[in-house]
Amino acid sequence: MEHNTYREVGKPVRKKDAMQLLLGKPVYMDDITQGPALVVKLLRSPHANALVREVKTAAALKVPGVEAVYTWEDVPKTRFTIAGQTYPEPSPYDRLILDRHVRFVGDPVAIIAAETEKAALRAMKLIKVTYEVLEPVLDFRSAKDNPILVHPEEDWYPPCPVGGDSRRNLVASDVNADGDVEAVLADCEIVLDRTYHTKAFSQAMMETFRTYTELDRYGRLHVISSTQIVFHCRRILSQALGIPKSRIRVEKPRIGGGFGAKQTAVCEVYPAFVTMKTGKPAKLIYTREESQIAGSPRHEMEIHVRLGADRDGRIRGIDLYTLSNSGAYGEHGPTTVGLSGHKSIPLYTENLEAFRFSYDVVYTNLQAAGAYRGYGATQGIYALETTVNELAEQLGMDPTAIRDKNMVKEGMKMPAYYNEPANACALDRCMEHCRQMFHWEEKYPVRDMGNGKVRAAGVAMAMQGSCISNVDVGSATIKLTEDGSYNLIIGAADMGTGCDTILAQMAAECMDCSVEDVAVFGADTDASPYDSGSYASSTTYITGKAVERACADLKAQICAIAAGMLGCEPTEVVFEGKQVRRPDTGETVSLEQIGYKTQVASTQAAEATVSHSSPISPPPFMVGMVEIELDKETGLVTVLDYMAVVDCGLPINPALARIQTEGGIVQGIGHTLMEEVRYDHNGRPIGSSFMQYKLPTRLDMGRLHVEFEHSFEPTGPFGAKSIGEIVINTPAPALTHAIYRATGVWHRELPITPEKIALSRPEPS
Amino acid sequence: MELKLTLNGRTVADHIEPGLLLIDFLRSHGCFSVKRGCETSNCGLCTVLMDGRPVLSCSMLAARAAGHSIMTLEGLQEEAADFAGFIADQGADQCGFCNPGFVMNTIALLREIPDPTDDEIRAFLAGNLCRCSGYDGQLRGIRRYLDSKKADASPEKGGIHGA
Repeated sequence: MEHNTYREVGKPVRKKDAMQLLLGKPVYMDDITQGPALVVKLLRSPHANALVREVKTAAALKVPGVEAVYTWEDVPKTRFTIAGQTYPEPSPYDRLILDRHVRFVGDPVAIIAAETEKAALRAMKLIKVTYEVLEPVLDFRSAKDNPILVHPEEDWYPPCPVGGDSRRNLVASDVNADGDVEAVLADCEIVLDRTYHTKAFSQAMMETFRTYTELDRYGRLHVISSTQIVFHCRRILSQALGIPKSRIRVEKPRIGGGFGAKQTAVCEVYPAFVTMKTGKPAKLIYTREESQIAGSPRHEMEIHVRLGADRDGRIRGIDLYTLSNSGAYGEHGPTTVGLSGHKSIPLYTENLEAFRFSYDVVYTNLQAAGAYRGYGATQGIYALETTVNELAEQLGMDPTAIRDKNMVKEGMKMPAYYNEPANACALDRCMEHCRQMFHWEEKYPVRDMGNGKVRAAGVAMAMQGSCISNVDVGSATIKLTEDGSYNLIIGAADMGTGCDTILAQMAAECMDCSVEDVAVFGADTDASPYDSGSYASSTTYITGKAVERACADLKAQICAIAAGMLGCEPTEVVFEGKQVRRPDTGETVSLEQIGYKTQVASTQAAEATVSHSSPISPPPFMVGMVEIELDKETGLVTVLDYMAVVDCGLPINPALARIQTEGGIVQGIGHTLMEEVRYDHNGRPIGSSFMQYKLPTRLDMGRLHVEFEHSFEPTGPFGAKSIGEIVINTPAPALTHAIYRATGVWHRELPITPEKIALSRPEPS
Repeated sequence: MELKLTLNGRTVADHIEPGLLLIDFLRSHGCFSVKRGCETSNCGLCTVLMDGRPVLSCSMLAARAAGHSIMTLEGLQEEAADFAGFIADQGADQCGFCNPGFVMNTIALLREIPDPTDDEIRAFLAGNLCRCSGYDGQLRGIRRYLDSKKADASPEKGGIHGA
C-alpha cells in the first residue's frame, strides 16, 4: 500500500484522555458543575395525543425551594427543530419548548425548577393538568393521510423542500431512480418480493442526556452539555429562546457516549430556558427512563424490496421502498430514510441495470426518533442483504459467491450513490479475507450437534459514508507554543471514540513531532473553529483533512518566520520538525526560538485555521460472518464467533478502529436478538428501564475477531475513510441468515427473540 | 439522621436524610468517580467496595453503610493504575463513563481470583455494562496485564508485553 512509513499515523496510540477516564477523574458534565444550581425536572404527558386545557401550578409553587414552574403559556412561540444539522435543516420546525398540544407519552407539559431534586419532584406531583385527550396515530403503516393529524398547527415549517406535508402526516417523501426498473424486473428470471420490519432501538449510551446552564461573567448564556454538536446546539438555542447567538456559548466536556443520540439537542432547551428566566444556574439530568422514553432512538422502518436476478445469480434490478416512522417530531426523519436506499443498493453496483428508491417518512404519536449510528443504512442493509441471502438460498448458490459476482468494485461509478466513484474499495478483498479467516467452507453447512442444538453461519456486507458530501464542514486551528509544541483546537466532539487522539496523530505526523507534543482542545463555540460536529462518520475524513491542511499552512508560516530570522527567502529554508534549516548555509533556528520570536515585536502569527469540506462521501466497506448455536426447543441463539473484515481506507489508529468495530458489532447483535423500544396499545412505553430493555452483556457476544483490508482514499487524510457507523450494519442480516440456516425460517422482523424462533415454523417452499 | 462511616480510609460523619442513596452520599463527598447509569441495579456503573466487597451504590441506602468501610476509585488509584494502562493500550476505555464501575469490579475480581480464566473474567464482570467497547478490548487488557505479571514473576522466560 502507499505510505507505509508513517511515524504516528497507523499506530495504536493510547487515547489522550484514557488514564483520566480509567481512574475515574471528574471530567463529565455533572462532575465539573458542582456549584449551586436549580434542579430542572419535566412533567411529562401521560397521553399519546392531547391538548392541555389547564395547568394548575399554585400548589406546586408553594413547595419550599421551588423557584418556578413554566407551562406552554410561558415559552416563546417560534417553532424550531432540535435536530443537529447544518442550516437550513432538512428536519421540519415542528417543536416548541412546551406545546399546548402534546404528541407522545413523555412529551413535556411543564418545566419545574427547584433548589433540590426532592422539592422539584414534590412540586411535580402537585401540578394538576387537565387534558383534552385525543385519539392517537400509533401504527405508522396507517399514518399517511390519516384524518388524525399529529401536527395540525398552522406554523409547521419545513426549511428545506423534502416532500413533507403536515396535512398528510408526512415528514418527507421522495422517489429516486436510474434506468427503467420495471422493465428490468419484468425481464429478470427471478424476482424476489419481500418486506422487512425493523423496530426502534435505543442508543443507551451510559451517560444519559444532560445539560448545565448559567449566565457567565459577561452575562451570556453558558451551556455545558453532553453533546456531539456544540455549534448546532448554539443555533438551536438561539432560535428556541429568541436570543442572539452572540449571547450563547456552548461547550462539551468529556461525553459518556453518544452514538448519534446527542446529535439532537434532546434536553438543552429546558435548563437554558430556566437560566434565561431566573438568571440562575440550572441543571437537567435525564433519568434512564427519560432517556429511554423521550430520547432520540433509531427510526422504525418497513422496507419493501423487489430484487430481480437471473438464474446465474446476476442481480440486475432493485426496487426499494422505505416507510419510516419519525414519531411525534421530525428530527432526522427526512435524512435517515435516504441512507436506507443510498447506502444499501450501491453494494450491488456490478450488474445493476436499474434501480428505484422511494420513501415516505410519517409522523405518529410515539417518541420522536433521531440519529443513531448507521442512520438508516442499518435498516436498509438489513433488508437488502437479507433479500440477497434469500436469493442465494433460493438459487442454491453460496451466498458469498453471489456477492463476489455482484458487489461494487474499486473504480466503479455508483449510480445509486449519487454517481460517486468507488475510489478506494477493498470489499472484494474483505470478502476473501473473511471467508478464509472464518473458514466459511466448513461453517456454512448446517451442523446438528445431536443435543437439540444446531450450528449455522450467516454472512452480510455493508457500506456507509464518510461525511455528508457538499454539506459538512470540519475545521482545525493549530498553533505553535514557545517550547516548540502545538495546540490543536477543534470543534468536533470526541464522545469516546478517540477523535481527539487520532487528530493529534495526524497533526504529529504532519509536524514531524510526537503525539505528546500536540495538546488537543475541543469543543467550545467561543474557542473552537466552526465544525458541523461529530456525526455522519465525518470526523476522521473531514476534520482530519482540515488538520492536515492547517498543518501545511502552519509549516509555511513557521518557515516564513524562520526565513526572516535567517535573513533569507522562505523558499530557501526547510522545515525539519524541531528546527528550520537553511541548506545553503547550514544555519538553523529551533522551533523554540521561532516560538519566542512570535512573542516579541511580531507581526506574523504562528497559527493556522483551515476549514474543509468534500464533494464526495467515500464509503467504507465491510464483510461480517457469524456462527451461531441455536437451541431448537427454546429458540435461544448463542453467538459463537463473529468475524469481520473492514475497509476503512487506512486505519489512523488500528486499536481504536478495532474497538469501534467490536463495539458496533455488539450493538448490532443486541438489536437483532434482544433490544426493542416497545409501547402498549395506548402508546405508553413499556420496558423503559434496563431491567427490561436488555443490552448485550459480555456473556452475549461470543468471540469477536476483527481485521482490516487497507485501501487508499485519495481525498481523505492519509488515505483514510470512516469507521464509526458502518460497523453496526452487518449483524442483523448475518444473524437473520444464520437463524434461517438453522431453522428454515426467514425472520423478516427485528428483533428475533427466542420466543419468535421457538414459535415459528418453516414456510412451505 | 447521623451517619458515620469510613470512606477511602478516613472517618466521615455527616447528617443525612434517611432516604439518601449511597451513590448520592458519595458524590456529595467528592467521590465523582461513582456514576449513575440506570436506576435499577442493571449497569454496574456505581460499583464501590463495602468492606472489600463490590456493591451497587445506586441501590443501597447510605444509612446501610453506617460503621462500614467504603472504598471508591478515588481511594484505589494505585491498585487501579496497575492494570488500567493495559485497558488504555487496547483503546477500550472509550467514552469512559462505565470505567470506574468496571475498574472497581475488576479490582474485586483480581483480589478474589488472582489468576482468572477468560470465562471467570466474563462471568465476574457480567454485570458491568459497556455500550462502546464490545467488551473484548477490556478482556484483552486484563489478559495482557495478567500475562505481564507472570512475565515479571519469571524473568528468565522473557517479557510478554502489552498491546
